[in-house]
Amino acid sequence: MAQLEQGQEIPQLRVTPDKYLTVRYAGASGDFNPIHIDEEFARAVGLPGRILHGLWTMAQVARAQTEAAGGPEHLKRLSVQFRGMGVPEQEVVVSATVRELTGDRALIDTVAEQAGNQIIRNAQAELQL
Amino acid sequence: MPVNTKAIGKTYAPVVYAVGREKIREYARAVGETDPVHLDVEAARAAGYADVVAPPMFAVVYSAPSVGPPIFDPEIELNFAMMVHGGQEFVWGPLVVAGDEITTTASVKDISERDGRGYYVFETVSTNQRGEEVCRGTWTNIVRGV
Repeated sequence: MAQLEQGQEIPQLRVTPDKYLTVRYAGASGDFNPIHIDEEFARAVGLPGRILHGLWTMAQVARAQTEAAGGPEHLKRLSVQFRGMGVPEQEVVVSATVRELTGDRALIDTVAEQAGNQIIRNAQAELQL
Repeated sequence: MPVNTKAIGKTYAPVVYAVGREKIREYARAVGETDPVHLDVEAARAAGYADVVAPPMFAVVYSAPSVGPPIFDPEIELNFAMMVHGGQEFVWGPLVVAGDEITTTASVKDISERDGRGYYVFETVSTNQRGEEVCRGTWTNIVRGV
């Protein structure tokens, strides 16, 4: 189990979703909204193209926490706001800072960015250490 | 048109989800998990779990089906075509492993309006076959132009 200190930045998680990631995630999650898997449909409704599932990006934010804490059992809460949109084939970077440590609980402020745009913001995680 | 708030507090029929080993592995690969407790039965057992462990965000897989009925409930009059997923919170209890059976009940936590947007907040409570609360989700959907 990891040692965390107040103000500490936890290791960044960097991941580049490949071209077909949204198709695999649609199958894995059951979310087949065509804005994520159909380029023509996405453009027809005014999007730049297929966009990432917000909950896939949230899963990357979760993974940054569980990897830093040393396992899935440590993540007790995660809340996020979805903003803007993520796209395939561009690196997603999750950054996080320890805001507060109380007993065996750590409160973490975290965001996910893509090309400098926050696609998840005001996210907060609670870890049990 | 003001949002219709009469459904606040309404609860929907529970949805039961049987957690499969290969579904966990498929999900774990799609989100890039590398921790072997999610992928390898022997590693999961060596770590003290009965079977492969669902990543926390697997909550989406077992609880999202219960959010469909409120989203499409005619009593709520939510304009799905204008809806975006604005925010999400999960609070987790004991970990879910393959073989668990998860029952999720959704309810309408709040409906409100701000600056021409409708905020539809649904809550899901998921329990395992032992009655332990494994996850509580808060799903905030925003509808533009209400």
